[in-house]
Amino acid sequence: MKKYVFIRLINIVITLFVIATVTFFLMKQLPGSPFDEEKLAVLSDEQRAEFLARYGLDKPVTTQYVLYLGNLLKGDLGTSFYFKGQDVTSILVDRIGPSALIGTQAIILGLTIGIILGIIAAFRHNTVWDYSTMFLAVLGVSVPNFVFAALLQYYVGLKLGLLPVAFWESYSSSIMPSIALALSVIALIARYTRNEMLEVLGQDYMLTAKAKGVKRLKIIYVHAIRNALIPVVTVLGPITVSLLTGSLVIENIFGVPGIGSLFVDSIKVNDYTTIMGLTLFYSAFFILTMLVIDLLYGMIDPRIRISGVKE
Amino acid sequence: MEKILEINDLHVSFHTYAGKVQAVRGVNLYLKKGETLAIVGESGSGKSVTSKSIMKLLPSQSAEIETGKILFEGNDLVGFSEGEMEKIRGKEISMIFQDPMTALNPTLTVGKQISESILTHQKVSKKQALQKTIELLKLVGIPNPEIRINQYPHQFSGGMRQRVVIAIALACSPKVIIADEPTTALDVTIQAQILDLLKAIQKKMGTSIIIITHDLGVVANIADRVAVMYAGKIIETGTVEEVFYHPQHPYTWGLLGSMPNMETKDELVAIPGSPPDLLHPPLGDAFAERNDYAMKIDYLREPPMFKLSETHYASTWRLHEKAPKIERPSLSQRHVKAVEQTIGPIGEISDKQMEPLIEIKHLKKYFHVGKKEVLKAVDDVSFTIYKGETLGLVGESGCGKSTTGRTIMRLYDASGGEVLFQKENVHEKKNLSQVKNFNRKVQMIFQDPYASLNPRKTVADIIAEGIDIHGLSKTKEERQAKVYSLLETVGLNKDHANRYPHEFSGGQRQRIGIARALAVEPEFIIADEPISALDVSIQAQVVNLMKKLQKEKGLTYLFIAHDLSMVKHISDRVGVMYLGGIVELASADDLYAEPLHPYTKALLSAVPVPDPLVEKQRERIILQGDLPSPSNPPSGCRFSTRCPLATDLCRKAAPEWKEIKSKHWVACHLVD
Repeated sequence: MKKYVFIRLINIVITLFVIATVTFFLMKQLPGSPFDEEKLAVLSDEQRAEFLARYGLDKPVTTQYVLYLGNLLKGDLGTSFYFKGQDVTSILVDRIGPSALIGTQAIILGLTIGIILGIIAAFRHNTVWDYSTMFLAVLGVSVPNFVFAALLQYYVGLKLGLLPVAFWESYSSSIMPSIALALSVIALIARYTRNEMLEVLGQDYMLTAKAKGVKRLKIIYVHAIRNALIPVVTVLGPITVSLLTGSLVIENIFGVPGIGSLFVDSIKVNDYTTIMGLTLFYSAFFILTMLVIDLLYGMIDPRIRISGVKE
Repeated sequence: MEKILEINDLHVSFHTYAGKVQAVRGVNLYLKKGETLAIVGESGSGKSVTSKSIMKLLPSQSAEIETGKILFEGNDLVGFSEGEMEKIRGKEISMIFQDPMTALNPTLTVGKQISESILTHQKVSKKQALQKTIELLKLVGIPNPEIRINQYPHQFSGGMRQRVVIAIALACSPKVIIADEPTTALDVTIQAQILDLLKAIQKKMGTSIIIITHDLGVVANIADRVAVMYAGKIIETGTVEEVFYHPQHPYTWGLLGSMPNMETKDELVAIPGSPPDLLHPPLGDAFAERNDYAMKIDYLREPPMFKLSETHYASTWRLHEKAPKIERPSLSQRHVKAVEQTIGPIGEISDKQMEPLIEIKHLKKYFHVGKKEVLKAVDDVSFTIYKGETLGLVGESGCGKSTTGRTIMRLYDASGGEVLFQKENVHEKKNLSQVKNFNRKVQMIFQDPYASLNPRKTVADIIAEGIDIHGLSKTKEERQAKVYSLLETVGLNKDHANRYPHEFSGGQRQRIGIARALAVEPEFIIADEPISALDVSIQAQVVNLMKKLQKEKGLTYLFIAHDLSMVKHISDRVGVMYLGGIVELASADDLYAEPLHPYTKALLSAVPVPDPLVEKQRERIILQGDLPSPSNPPSGCRFSTRCPLATDLCRKAAPEWKEIKSKHWVACHLVD
């Protein structure tokens, strides 16, 4: 087990190194620069040279790359070109909070409701319960979440005045964006759970359990859910990453100072260091989530546990 | 003796999109205390549905018990609520399922799954339940129960899992156990172990058992009484002796006739056609369509149950006092008739004609699993297949018989050794036309007729694919004519050409598979378990067809199977494989009459024969334990870990592959 995690961690470091390298050189290929070309042109050659030197842009690209990697090892993501005087690490730390909060809430909400709906639909297969749940699921996937967001803002925020509409001040500000984000998760998870549940219900071991005289409810939570959740865990990875790292649209609509909007802003202005920092952060987060999910698999499914680790 | 369970006039139907399928149509049966009742029938006969109705395990949305009573100790279970049934299931009546690979929950430990049943029905502490579980595991013969209890199902072999399933069924000492094909998914040596276990448990606990099976050998081995089911009805019932020695219903005759007998070389009497569609059950006797002796009344009115003795009943108009007396065709008559029908006179291949077609020399096929492990699926196998003969290859699952077949065909590249086909090494580098030529001469028939036909192609395209690839017909008309004649050859007709595989039954599909193999006019056909997915009566049809084709076209077969009686029946010579190696090879008669290798002896003694007297007197050699892993085979003789006669020499040195008598090869230290 320890050995497995250790090997995986080494793999992660290598992957991140490759990603850092590729993004670094790709970015250098982008047209334009972080700075206003017109204003830069006003400066004298000396001043410009000094200005570029301050950001380390005067050196050859390979030297910049080596320096960047060196700083990276120390945990320094560099200084932002756009947000004056701030280093990227602290910008990230500032912005991640709100995104993580609404993301986590959306996942918890989405998973709980989604799984429950899925189970109900499967057990009431081909009944009104099933059809209405699946109708909601289609709705949740096909209608974009900003539509839900706008509806929420109008009814809950404006008409009822229960929650703040679009500014970020207290915990209550996080509720509506979380719900808006959770809707698609509910839809997705409900569908998955239902299908997997139906599959599991048709398995022979369910019949074995029933033949033992085990009560219906107990059959569901002892025998069915765990087996049905194995594939659901797979989709959990990408969902977690996309939610925790912020959704641009939702953050914009509700005025959340999150990480999603930061990403877009930094690309618009060619803020090299911020883009790099964000890319690395996203990648690291994604890979780590996948690791956690693989470990989770092992916990749920003993067959995987054994094959991953030598007896 | 007291009747513990009684079923009266049970009707069960399924609601499908196509309409109502009447799966069980008026079944009457009873089970006495401490006896074993076997329900025999082919797939779709309603035997499983009947047994599941007893426990009300049928899917509630589609299945419906229309009328009838299921009396358990005098109470009618049909009227029981789900809550009341929960108290019966597992406690009073329990069930053993067919496939131990899927019957256990993969995410729970074996101990939990067994103790769950105890905790559901008995007021005991978890600790006591655990203690009981360990006792149960001991009872069903699982070694080291204290350790095994915390393991998961995938850590058990198939036979061991079935023991776990049995332990679950026994957990609360039920009065009735229903075993639904409990040994069908298992190898013969394991089957013998499980049947023995069931008998021992019955003796010890006095349980009544209903065993559902299609294997008449199993019935002869274990049952006291038999009920034969056909198309949702019981058509004959009686004690095993009555049904096996004085069968009355023509279907029972057919069923008994289509089982190959190990002792004689009778031809199989195939029952023509296939069972009726229960969406529209026939008016009269459901078997009339397939019955050579059918009378007019058979098509019009359902026959009643005629009483022959206190225990023996049969439902056929043949027994009516005014019916013409038709006797069951005697064995010799059957023999002659069937031989005339199918293959013409049997002639042994004489020595002069023995021309080698395929020589396999020290063939090896290793698979790499993981980084260091090497699975030696086939390890140093040598034999020769002569022109025009059928060589049978038998062995338990995992012994490498299928891999051998595939490696001969070069579906796998050999890891060592060579395969000479008409003196040319198959595994050498070849140019495209040589490969094509070889591919045309060697064809394969696969095990699963459902998976081996492309569902999106018409039968004509499936059959003609080889013809197209090898450019064997120049015009469209010629291609079509070839397809039609192939269909006729395998007993289908040309109307079938434009249909799709799903429109056919299992037996018909296997015929399509045979037609596909024949399309390119091969010389050699590898048949990999071609009949194991089929019902008994259909198996006989396919085997007879294969024999007939061999005679007509001078084909050579490699017939791979685990069913020893069928292999003996079709093969001229038989090779026995164990754990990647071949242990004995001889002519079919020699091998069965005088097996030399201890494994062959055990294998043969494990096969149940459809004769209750023989079965009940037979001394079996029951092999202990399971097949060792082929990635870590025992040193010395492979069989030494399970061999009852193993000596130190066996454990140290691998025996030589030598010809003991003329054409009788064996690999064993103890045989000289």
